[in-house]
Amino acid sequence: MRPQSTLICAILLAVMLFASSCQQERKLPIYGLRDTKTVKNSDGTAGVDTIYQTIPAFKFLNQDSVYITNEHFKDKVYIADFFFTSCTSICPIMHRNLKMVSEKFKDNPDVMFLSHTIDFKYDTPSVLKKYAQKLGVDGPKWQFVYGPKDSVYTLAEKSYLVAVNVDSTNRDGYVHQGYLVLIDKDRRIRGAYDGTNPEQVAQLEKDIPVLLAEGKK
Amino acid sequence: MRKFILISLVSLTLISMFYSCQTAETVQKDAYYVNGRDLYIKHCQNCHGAKGEGLGALTPPLTDSVFMKANKEKLACIIKNGLSAPVTVHGQVYEGKMPEFNLANIDLAQVIVYITNAFGHQQGMYTNQQVENDLKNCK
Repeated sequence: MRPQSTLICAILLAVMLFASSCQQERKLPIYGLRDTKTVKNSDGTAGVDTIYQTIPAFKFLNQDSVYITNEHFKDKVYIADFFFTSCTSICPIMHRNLKMVSEKFKDNPDVMFLSHTIDFKYDTPSVLKKYAQKLGVDGPKWQFVYGPKDSVYTLAEKSYLVAVNVDSTNRDGYVHQGYLVLIDKDRRIRGAYDGTNPEQVAQLEKDIPVLLAEGKK
Repeated sequence: MRKFILISLVSLTLISMFYSCQTAETVQKDAYYVNGRDLYIKHCQNCHGAKGEGLGALTPPLTDSVFMKANKEKLACIIKNGLSAPVTVHGQVYEGKMPEFNLANIDLAQVIVYITNAFGHQQGMYTNQQVENDLKNCK
């Protein structure tokens, strides 16, 4: 009896070790266009390096009428989205979900949130301030920014890859996609989640720690 | 003894039959409730939430039974024409604007049945006729 149980134990242990060694650390993909450049290695040979798409420099007024630039998100992971305060369709549900995410990470200084308004006519910083206060998230962690139409719309479509537009046939006057875009410390897109879909928002919650762990190595 | 068992069985069957019968009004209310829920999910849930909990200080919750009861005659007008005046719900003042939802009277009645019977309320049926009367008194 005894040798048999020892054998079973040994087999179980071996299987467990085998299974755990197979487990690879999960890594988030890098999205966007890619380019290559030739670099010189340290030993003098030429190599090829990949250049990933990054979020370009920006400068917008936030809800406190202070200019916000990339510097505010330096060495931080952040989640960007596009909305407007008078929106009655997808924005409330996006921000309801994003607020839950922000509450999960409220004690982590490395996670920030950046919401751009696409209503360049009405959503001035004071309107954004009121909105943030009413949503209950007014603080430095979640920035609500206002900018001229050209720069916000170009940034949305070319850099964050979120479609936004003015639509006079729509009751609210604007249309946009409800993506929450996850940006890493090197300004690269690492994920896009439909902010109106609870499953995808849950995935975002799981992916943020993965991305944070990546930077620690 | 046998007689007793027989009598109690028969009376139990009769009682359960009586209770399982629903009045026509209850059946109609349940139909309104179910349709009202679909309309609620489509038009209202984004802001007011799946459980009628509202959203921060932006959107008032629909869970204040006193408010719902006191303002029942105004609900049709509020939904149909929107609301710009501040409202006090659960003791908190909500400003901001609710957009208008131009629904048919039957749809308004169904939504009203849903929001006054879900979220912990139990206010029963609300008919098209009542909605029609309410809409005449819109300010």
